[in-house]
Amino acid sequence: MTELSLPTTILPSKRGARVAKSGNPLARGRLPVLLLFLPPAILLFTIFVILPMGEAAWYSLYHWNGYGSPQQFIGLRNFQVLFNNAAFTQALWNNGLIILVSILIQIPLAIWLAMMLAHRIAGVVVFRLIFFLPYVLADVAAGLIWRFVYDGDYGLFAAVSGFLGVSTPYVLADRHLAIYAVLAVIVWKYFGFHMMLFIAGLQSIDKSVIEAAEIDGATGWQKFRHITLPLLGSTVRLSIFFAVIGSLQLFDMIMPLTGGGPSNSTQTMVTFLYTYGVTRMQVGLGSAVGVVLFVICVTLAFGYKRIFMRND
Amino acid sequence: MNRIMSIALKGERIAVRAAAAGLAMMLCTAAANAQTVVKWLHLETDPRYVAIWNDIAKKYEADHPNVDIQMQFLENEAFKAKLPTLLQSPDAPHIFYTWGGGVLKQQAETGSLMDLTAAMKAKDNTWEKSYNPAAVQGLTFNDKIWAVPMKMGTVSFFYNKNLFTKAGIDATGIKTWNNFLDTVKKIKAAGIVPIAGGGGEKWPLHFYWSYLVMRDGGKSVFTAAKNGEGNGFLDPAIIKAGDQLAELGALEPFQPGYLGTTWPQALGLFGDGKAAIILGFENTDANQRNNAGDGKGLAPENIGRFAFPVVEGGAGAATDTLGGLNGWAVSKDAPPEAIDFLAYLTNADNERLMAKAGMLIPVAIGAEDGVVNPLVHESAQQLATSTWHQNFFDQELGPSVGRVVNDVAVEITSGQMKSQEGAQMIQDAFELEKF
Repeated sequence: MTELSLPTTILPSKRGARVAKSGNPLARGRLPVLLLFLPPAILLFTIFVILPMGEAAWYSLYHWNGYGSPQQFIGLRNFQVLFNNAAFTQALWNNGLIILVSILIQIPLAIWLAMMLAHRIAGVVVFRLIFFLPYVLADVAAGLIWRFVYDGDYGLFAAVSGFLGVSTPYVLADRHLAIYAVLAVIVWKYFGFHMMLFIAGLQSIDKSVIEAAEIDGATGWQKFRHITLPLLGSTVRLSIFFAVIGSLQLFDMIMPLTGGGPSNSTQTMVTFLYTYGVTRMQVGLGSAVGVVLFVICVTLAFGYKRIFMRND
Repeated sequence: MNRIMSIALKGERIAVRAAAAGLAMMLCTAAANAQTVVKWLHLETDPRYVAIWNDIAKKYEADHPNVDIQMQFLENEAFKAKLPTLLQSPDAPHIFYTWGGGVLKQQAETGSLMDLTAAMKAKDNTWEKSYNPAAVQGLTFNDKIWAVPMKMGTVSFFYNKNLFTKAGIDATGIKTWNNFLDTVKKIKAAGIVPIAGGGGEKWPLHFYWSYLVMRDGGKSVFTAAKNGEGNGFLDPAIIKAGDQLAELGALEPFQPGYLGTTWPQALGLFGDGKAAIILGFENTDANQRNNAGDGKGLAPENIGRFAFPVVEGGAGAATDTLGGLNGWAVSKDAPPEAIDFLAYLTNADNERLMAKAGMLIPVAIGAEDGVVNPLVHESAQQLATSTWHQNFFDQELGPSVGRVVNDVAVEITSGQMKSQEGAQMIQDAFELEKF
């Protein structure tokens, strides 16, 4: 018992002394806290984040079906196969498209709605709730609901086009239309979340600034362009950040909607990983997708934070 | 220090005593039950069928009080994704469902399975002889038996008799692929959707490609392809099969939006009388009923059945069948009771019981009379006289190549890919898997 506790007591005191010498008055108080709270966090982070990432990187160099241990070393061949795969290129393209639509349609829509709903008017809470509802819904449930809406035989689309007397479009079965149908659902599903962010951002804007502008005779657009938007800047940047990362990880809504089909036209990187890596038992190839996705996510996240969110 | 030691020792003594008491108690209960647990992993979703298995397990437990059969369920896709990990963990199921083919072979090669050859061949092959030889053969690799067969099935065309009459078609006249194409044209001309297709799930369409490959190339061409011999999947007969599938696709024989339709939806369309034909499993009658909008579907008398037609000049025969072969594999650390239970589960009496419920076409010899549904009976008859029974291509070729076959079948049908390109894609996937 005593023998075991010996090194641990010596170590901190040594380091503590060193830190104390360096003249940091807080060090003495912080050290026990660090020693007490850091190891569990580091341990969990290592086991559940660092190790799996390392493993994925390692597996991506093997041809492996998940049985036994990976033995067939094939170098970078999985990556070569990946970038020659038309479906993966399509998935990359789709991810880009989703990011674009999120930024160009979803976020402006959310700002617009937030502008209207940020004021304290009667009934505003009800509207906020209605717009926020899609976000609360589970992704899979939303996918299933919209699959029914789009259904050309029994769904809402069938009923509406039957009513209008036009032939039913089978949007989810059309390889040119399906991705737009999916994009519509994505916008529908997540604009409420961004709207809530913006409402919070708008409410924190000092009213006296706007008042001053009004006294100076600023028009509605001028107020928005020169006061609201700049002051909302940090929220917009944060919102775009969430939209980008969320778009890259999109999976559970697409699976019930289209499963990546028809002809891989609605594949995203994660659905591609699942379809080609997991269901085909190509753990190596799947891991390679994971590695590519990870690199893209990390580059985007850190790059974005560095460039746009430096001051936030 | 001494005091602490003595307290610690005292504590230790107490702990030891408590542990001993606990152990004794556990031993007592163990002695009372002395049970061997057999973990049985299945993916059956129909509660009626699960109930039948439950009854069989209960009966077995009653006869063998020392065995506890534990049924575990995983959904189809989850089962396939989880099994590799599960099999290599201490929680591996003792008995689990298998489609045979490439996946079973992979599992066998990696040492996850128990070799059942000795058990099957014991006492002058008694156990092996109790099954249809083709079924056992289908689960044998490298001269070793790796699974216990449970059921066999075959895919064939089912049609709506009323709609055929309306379109003025006599189904008995459909003998060749060209007859079939003419039939499709006639039905379409009558303003009826000719075929219900489940393109959303892809595999329902791969049956067309598979059957055409079998009819065009025959056993020798497909066997050579799957063994990587000769021209492989670039064999002229296989490319011709793709061209013929494209020809069918060009007629737009499926319901609008078929590329997004799931298999249950396709069955529902057929059951609702919205499409005249479906290429489906032996139990299509029950399936269409379950998936029809009104829950009743077509009356069995209104459903006819015909085998996939031959191709003029093709090497395959009309009596060659494509279909499933399912059974139960045993993991390598399973107790002997697991094997004994499997023998019981698939004996003629129990197979007859399952057949009577419309669950399957039995593989146990002597259980054939359990098949009561006339349509299933027809399928069983065809299987009994089958000249070559081929497992589903997507199972036979293993998960990675098999899924490419599914992709390619859909792309060729919808005119997105030429047959040659599709064959090349399959060959590429096959070679990638091999090296």
